[in-house]
Amino acid sequence: MKGTAIRLGALTLLLGITPPGSWVLAGDTITVKGSDTMVILGQRWAEEYMKQHADVTIQVTGGGSGTGIAALINGTTQLANSSRPIKEEERAAAKKNGIEVVEFKTALDGLAVVVNSANPVNELTMAQVGKIYSGYINDWKQVGGTGKRILRYSRESNSGTYVFFKEHVLLNRDFAADCQTMPGTSAVAEAVAKDPNGIGYGGVAYFSGNPQLKVLKIRKEAKTEAVSPTDKDGRPNYEAVWSGSYPIARYLYVYSAGQPREAVKTYLDWILGPEGQAIVEKIDYIPVKSTGAGTSR
Amino acid sequence: MGEQFVELILKLNGFVAIAAIGLIFVFLFKEGVQAFRTIPASHFIQTTEMDFDNTPQTVRMWQPVGTNPKYSLLPLFCGSMLVALPATLLATLFGVASGIYLAEVAGKRTREVVKPAIELVAGIPSVVIGFFCLAVLASLVQTAFQTTFRLNAVVGAIGVAFVIIPVIATMTDDALRAVPTHLREGAHALGANRWETIVRVVLPAGASGVTASILLGMGRALGETMIALMATGNAAQITANPFASVRTMTATIAAELGAVPQGGEQYRALFLVGSLLFSLTFLINLFAEIAVARMRKRLAL
Amino acid sequence: MVEVFALGLLRGTTLVLVLATFLMLGSIASQGARVISWEFLTTEPVEGMTHGGIFPAVFGTLCITLLMILMALPLGVCAAIYMVEYAGGSKMARIIRASVNNLAGVPSIVFGLFGVGFFVLFLGRSLDRVRGTGLLFGQPAMLWAAATLAVLVLPVIIVNTAEALNAVPRSHREASFALGATRWQTVRRVVLPQARSGILTGSILSISRGAGETAPILFTGCAYFLPRLPLVSLRVPFTGLSIPMINPLDQFMELSYHIFIMATQSTDAAITRPIQYGTTLVLVGLTFLLNLGAILLRIRYRQSIESA
Repeated sequence: MKGTAIRLGALTLLLGITPPGSWVLAGDTITVKGSDTMVILGQRWAEEYMKQHADVTIQVTGGGSGTGIAALINGTTQLANSSRPIKEEERAAAKKNGIEVVEFKTALDGLAVVVNSANPVNELTMAQVGKIYSGYINDWKQVGGTGKRILRYSRESNSGTYVFFKEHVLLNRDFAADCQTMPGTSAVAEAVAKDPNGIGYGGVAYFSGNPQLKVLKIRKEAKTEAVSPTDKDGRPNYEAVWSGSYPIARYLYVYSAGQPREAVKTYLDWILGPEGQAIVEKIDYIPVKSTGAGTSR
Repeated sequence: MGEQFVELILKLNGFVAIAAIGLIFVFLFKEGVQAFRTIPASHFIQTTEMDFDNTPQTVRMWQPVGTNPKYSLLPLFCGSMLVALPATLLATLFGVASGIYLAEVAGKRTREVVKPAIELVAGIPSVVIGFFCLAVLASLVQTAFQTTFRLNAVVGAIGVAFVIIPVIATMTDDALRAVPTHLREGAHALGANRWETIVRVVLPAGASGVTASILLGMGRALGETMIALMATGNAAQITANPFASVRTMTATIAAELGAVPQGGEQYRALFLVGSLLFSLTFLINLFAEIAVARMRKRLAL
Repeated sequence: MVEVFALGLLRGTTLVLVLATFLMLGSIASQGARVISWEFLTTEPVEGMTHGGIFPAVFGTLCITLLMILMALPLGVCAAIYMVEYAGGSKMARIIRASVNNLAGVPSIVFGLFGVGFFVLFLGRSLDRVRGTGLLFGQPAMLWAAATLAVLVLPVIIVNTAEALNAVPRSHREASFALGATRWQTVRRVVLPQARSGILTGSILSISRGAGETAPILFTGCAYFLPRLPLVSLRVPFTGLSIPMINPLDQFMELSYHIFIMATQSTDAAITRPIQYGTTLVLVGLTFLLNLGAILLRIRYRQSIESA
């Protein structure tokens, strides 16, 4: 008994006290944290990149854009994925911790508004979407559907998607209290697919290809043309997003703690290069137009 | 020689549980209390805001991200109650019934199979039950009750009940078996049948123990996180409708804490929610312990 | 008449409960069994976690429970020995017991808050400050997740060990004292050997509890996706050899967390449903076996005590 106790104790000590100098990590490790919207993207990037560079390990964690930026501020990650631009106060908070945040625009994402495919509604104006989500429109009849209560599916407040939607579609009004907050966009997709009266929003990538979902066309103003974020085949509509005629689109950012160096720099260059951007297209996001034409808001 | 040294070491370890509970208390409240530094206390109940047409409006909302963050705890408290109370009710029905069955009705053979089976249920990780609720039970409930919200408080409550039924069942069983046999024999001698003996003699004698089991179950129900997070729909609204989507205190912490900068306003507000949760369960557990102590005393007499 | 009906109702309720459990576990087992294979258990997730296996999660679960039990077991057993053998029925013992009961009732998410506030930010950051090595300890890591779980399972170990110690007949201790043995000698040579299976039960139960908890590790060390195992090679001094060992400062993937994120946040929850069922079945199977072992062990030693 005593022998066991001593052995256990010794092992605990060993684990706790070994000087970190002797922990030799195999190759370079890059930690990436943040946006759930970008988790698929970040993971594909990581997976591909590691296939080509066996000596580098990339650790990808989700949790929301806020999570990633918070981790960047707290110094617990090297790169943060974010589906919204960093706020001034966040930049300042990082500076206070001695971290200079550098921004990279890595892809574009059209935010789609979706309903169940059984819903007769095909298009909405920006204002209508805003009013639905802030609780001023509560019945599908008010927007040309059948008389059923609208069930709103939203995202957790830590997601960039939520913040973007609140700022640009709800114009900073509060979400209605009965919005069901889902932990991820795929959960939104699944819920709306099962719910004939549901409405949801999120990156196009999550909704294309699901036959039970219908991506709505959006009118910027009541009189402008209704534009879909997808083309006939359900692929993202690059031109509409690049030109800004589809009004709900945003950049997907990667933030780095300090000017990227060495392994991190090589990785970021790769992401912004043709190989990284090819992956962006492959999973239904929109590549950054290198000519810089593609800002939409 | 080593004798005193060993005792000292053991004694130090003896304090570990006390230290743990003390540290939890300190580190929870230390952060939680700081929430009051930037958020006025009344804002944890409600805030007043100008509506579109500039009429002041009272808002009771939990919406910590935005230009005008709102930290009302009422919707979260309401959500926790709307999950914990039905769960406790359901678990009491099933748990106490199974407890009585185990202690008073079942034969020795059955007991030896059923009791370990119930203990095994207690070992199912809550994330598994949450997953089952989300994937299977929610649709069943929606079809059966024609509910508007697929994920709602009742779905969560059924899941949570699964977690606490074993607690209530095993503790009820223990409490009833602690009732001395001579009480039952006396009742039988007076001509009471088995059911009458249970209702008139055994249950009253073990009442404190059964109450304690229900209280402990309720404490667990309030603290259950993963099921609440996965199966209740997470809409922070104030409602009395058990078929509405709600957001519990636990789910709020679990969903939001990872995403906030440490030391920020929302971070502290979440620790405050944690402190509230800790205090609530602490009180409930205290009552349960008092009930157990009372039962010990009564049975000893 | 009433009696028959009422007793039937009690029996029926219990039956419904048992049936519901079997239905739930049965559906998980039947759906999960379709995907489980040796390959599923031993390969990594690929293509954005929509395909492939769950090996890193299995490995992470094993690592973290091992680390947790290494921390919790010595503490818990010593605390129980002190409580039962030294403090006896004193006020101190009562206070310890009350603390243990309260600790057992603390919601698991509160442990998560505590883990962040105390282990990661307070202990970790202080360690970093003292060592001056920059950010190393002050971030979520397996070490802190395991420590948080260790506090969570402490009551399980203490209660089970104390029960086992209490079950050792008083006369055995008195006989040992009469032979001139000191208290520690008595504890070590007489009491502990008899209480061994009780301690083992507590350890198994706490491993199963720790493996199944999600809330406490959400913020203290879990990774959504971590393609490499949380290992590090440790150089053995003077030999030039290096041996792989668990890196407690790494993040890790974990089964219960994997179920949670796959069910709610994966790319396509509908497509990955089989993986979710498979992972769930693995976790249920693991905890089920552990619990079954503990329960059988407990039945056996209770019987042996009763017969003694």
